[in-house]
Order: sequence, then structure tokens, then C-alpha cells
Amino acid sequence: MNQSPLISLNGITKSFSNGTVALRDMAMDVQQGEFVSLLGPSGCGKSTALRIIAGLAPATTGTVSWGDTSDSSVADSSHDVSFVFQEPTLMPWATVFGNVFLPLKLKGQSKAAAREAVMEALALVGLEQFENSYPRELSGGMKMRVSIARALVTRPRLLLMDEPFAALDEITRFKLNNDLLELWQRFNWTVIFVTHSVFESVYLSNRIVVMAARPGRVVDDMAVDAPYPRDESFRTSDIYSQHCREVSAALHKAMDSYQPGTAA
Amino acid sequence: MSQINTQSGAAIANDAVLIDPVEVARARAKRRDRVLQWLLPLIIFAIAIFLWDQLCVWNEIPSYILPRPGLVWNTLVTDWGLLSFSLLNTLKITFLSLALAIGGGVGLAVLFTVSRRVEMSLFPFAIILQVTPIVAVFPLINIYVDDQTAKLLLCAWIVAFFPILSNTTLGLNSVDHNLRDLYRLYGASRWQTLWHLQLPAAMPFFLGGLKIAGGLALIGAVVAEFVAGAAGQSSGLASRIIEAGYRLNAPRLFAALLLISVTGILIFFATSLISHLILRKWHESALKREI
Ligand SMILES: Nc1ncnc2c1ncn2[C@@H]1O[C@H](COP(=O)(O)OP(=O)(O)O)[C@@H](O)[C@H]1O
Ligand SMILES: [Mg+2]
Repeated sequence: MNQSPLISLNGITKSFSNGTVALRDMAMDVQQGEFVSLLGPSGCGKSTALRIIAGLAPATTGTVSWGDTSDSSVADSSHDVSFVFQEPTLMPWATVFGNVFLPLKLKGQSKAAAREAVMEALALVGLEQFENSYPRELSGGMKMRVSIARALVTRPRLLLMDEPFAALDEITRFKLNNDLLELWQRFNWTVIFVTHSVFESVYLSNRIVVMAARPGRVVDDMAVDAPYPRDESFRTSDIYSQHCREVSAALHKAMDSYQPGTAA
Repeated sequence: MSQINTQSGAAIANDAVLIDPVEVARARAKRRDRVLQWLLPLIIFAIAIFLWDQLCVWNEIPSYILPRPGLVWNTLVTDWGLLSFSLLNTLKITFLSLALAIGGGVGLAVLFTVSRRVEMSLFPFAIILQVTPIVAVFPLINIYVDDQTAKLLLCAWIVAFFPILSNTTLGLNSVDHNLRDLYRLYGASRWQTLWHLQLPAAMPFFLGGLKIAGGLALIGAVVAEFVAGAAGQSSGLASRIIEAGYRLNAPRLFAALLLISVTGILIFFATSLISHLILRKWHESALKREI
């Protein structure tokens, strides 16, 4: 992978008006097709970083640049970014179909024209029979699947996921992890996945970017060189537990190194 | 094969026996409650009417002080021509002012979300309009507005529009932040965000306001006519009540009162039904819980 990265963050700093420095001098390249996890304790600026990448919030200093030169000046929707939040974030008044249709509707497509794409996205997450259900009729895991289908329907070049499975029970989370990996491999997406779970980050990613808080910063960048496809047997393998130990150690080192009052 | 069948049959039979008696009792209590919910008020109502009737008989109260229920009913039937004409007038003012309150309240609320500055400038005046008792303001309206219908409409509108305005404004601003971000991410225009996100999100709030405004529009229409009726000619139910009061025609007074009250009840049921029909598919308030 020595072509130019899909996106690069260069010296991103974000401070809020109340003086919180959510991110300091963050630099990171993400290659086309990578599955990168941002791992860190809560408050270390993971969500802030995703919002800046998505163009939902401006950086105080620094730039986000996109690999292709055509539209590198614009930092928003033109980059085909999709976002999956921790909560399913569905519109309760719309059916499953309506929710997945939303991104295409906002881009001006008619329902008839979008139908095929919406049903395909629903099929990818295994919910095609539920197109007419309302969100409140679905379980937490199913709502999250709808949310993922909505993110997929635009065929984004970059999928940003902010602790998408954190609120789910473990069994559902494992299932969705596997489904996500399968889709990722099939479509060669680029994913930036925020999590505070060491295990989840090791299971899913090519690469783990470890972050620390106060101020939010990148402290380590580790490759997970285990082959895909990964399945449940990977969770019990030696290489998996070895990576978990390493990542845990890096995370703890970063947290221990923090001294109150010293500017890092 | 047959063995498996009998086994599963036995299992089903077992399940049938294993019905939780507490759950059965609970289900029965729920069915009973549903009936009682209607039956109890009806019984109390019937007793009250009976006592009212007997009170008149026992104490030999003359009908110009307290008419017997039967007499009120007969008056309602014999005076129906006059009363129904008045009822229509009151209904006209009520529904027109409610429609204007919906248009004005929702329109203004949308304007407020489009521009914070407009909200800052105008919202205080909406509050002033709301907190000043309409009865105190009405004599002024009476002087400045000539047309009788316009007068009453204005008065009823002032009373009814505030709950719609304040509820809808609150609703338009209570959109989930992540959903708002999602709309931004996909490049939604302000119009798309308003139409597809904010207005649906505001719907439960608006409908809550509508339920209050429906009752208030009727109150506004009746109060306005009371104040106006004292001053001049007027044709709604309130003026029938005033007129009947002057003439000591208590049966007609009661009949008119009955009509106003029934109108209020019907408006309440109608707005509740509209609210239920719109929200039943998706909103928590319309959700029936099993346990
Ligand atoms: N809008 C905001 N205003 C002020 N501080 C904020 C805002 N958003 C986030 N922060 C602060 O920035 C830091 C990083 O937040 P966030 O990116 O949400 O962390 P994470 O997602 O890693 O838990 C936190 O200390 C948080 O309190
Ligand atoms: Mg976060």
C-alpha cells in the first residue's frame, strides 16, 4: 500500500471555547481499504476526531486532506462519507425503508429510483423483510443494522463508526462484528472505527491507533497482522491474545504517563 | 415419528396447564378495567341526574330556579331551531379561530426556527398576549374592531394560538443532535431539514398543543361573546345564556350550557383521536405496554 492515502490528518488540533483541548496535534494517514480503530479512554477526543474527518466540525488548526485531488478543498458531503453513531439514530416516524432511503432522498432521488439500492443495503444487513417496520418494533441489534444499512446505501468511500456496538449485548456485538468484517472484505471499504474496547479493536482492525486524554492525542499506532477472514476461532487464538496484551499495555502506558497539571 | 408427535402434544398440553394464574388474573383485571372505565362514569352520571331530578321534586324548586332534567331536555328539543342556529355560530367562531391559531402558531414557530433573531424579537410579545387576561383586553378590541365576527375571532385566536406556538417551537428545537448531523453530512438543505426532520419531530409536541388549543378556542369564543353580548347583538350560545338569564328562562339556559359542554367534550375527543391516529405507528405515547 504505497499509493497516496485516502485521507491524511495533518496537525489537527481542536480546542473548545471552554478551554478543553479535545485534540492536540493529531496526525494520521488512512489508506484505501484499511480498517483502522481509534482506541482510547472516554474523553480522549475520538468522537471529535471523527466529526472533524466527516466535516461536521471544523478543526482549530491543521487540515484533513483527501487522496484524490479533484475536490480536496471541500470538507463535507462531497467526499461520500457515512457516519454510524453509538445510538442507531433512526427517525422514529419513518419505516426501516424510509430511514435507509434518507441519504438518497436528500440527494434528490425518487423513491422508485432508489428502491433497488435501498433493498440491496437492507439485504446486506439481513433485514429485507422488515422494510415496512417502524424502528420501535425492532430490537437494539436490528436498529443498529438499519443504521449500518443507511450508511451503506450511498456506497461511501469512507465509513466512520463511533462506538457503534457499545450499547449492545455481547452476543449481538460479536455477531455484528462478524457481519461488519464480512461486508468490509467483500466491498473493500475503508473504515475508521472508534471503540474503547481493546478486544473489539484487535478483532476487527488492520491497525489500531491508540489515543490518550487531556489533551487528546495519538500515543501509538500498531498493526494487527493477523490474516482475514477472521471468525470466532480467532478470538481464542494465541495471536489474538498476544495482540490484546500488547494493545492493553500501550493503552495503560499512555494513561499512566499522564501527570495532572503537566502539559504533555 | 408418532412418538415425537405425542411428546410435543404432551408438551403443549403441559404449557396449557402451566398458565401463570397471576398473569391470568392480571389479564382479567385489565379487561374489567376497560369496561369499568366507561361504566363507572356513566353510572355516576345517571345517579347525579336522578338526584338532581329528585332534589327538584323533594324541595319543590320552581323551574325558573332549577329546572328538572326532563324539562331541560324538552327545551332543547322545542328550542332546537334557535339553539342550533346559535350552536352553529359558536362552532364557526371556534373552528375558524382554531384554524387560524394552527396556521399562525405553526407559521410563527417555523419562522422562529429559521431565524433566532425573529424569535428573540417576537416571542416576548406572544407571552404578553398570553398572560394578559383576555376579558380585560376585550373592551379595547370591542372599540377598535367593528365587525362582530372579526372581534370574536380575534379574541378566540389570542387565547388559542399560544399553546400551539410554544409547543411547536419546542418541538422544532428538540430534534436529536445526531440526526441533525446526519442531515448535514448528506448535504440537506434548510428546507429539507425542516420538512423531513424538524416538522415530523415536532409533531407530538404540536398535537399536545392542539389538544389544549381546541378547548381554549371554545372558551375564547364563548368568553368573547359574553363580553360582546353585553354590549350588543350577538348570535352564539353565550348570548342565548345571557338572554335566558335576563328572562329567568332557566331551562333554556341549561340547554345552552349543555350544548357548550358537549361541544367541548367532542372537541377533546376529536383532537385526541387525531393525535392517536397520527402517532400510533411510531410514538412512545401511543405504545401499549404488555406488562
Ligand atoms: N462541544 C463541546 N464543547 C466543549 N467540550 C467538548 C465538546 N465536545 C467534546 N468536548 C470535550 O472534548 C473532549 C473529547 O471529547 P470526545 O471527542 O467526545 O471524546 P471521546 O469520544 O473520546 O469520549 C472531552 O473532554 C469532552 O468533554
Ligand atoms: Mg465519543
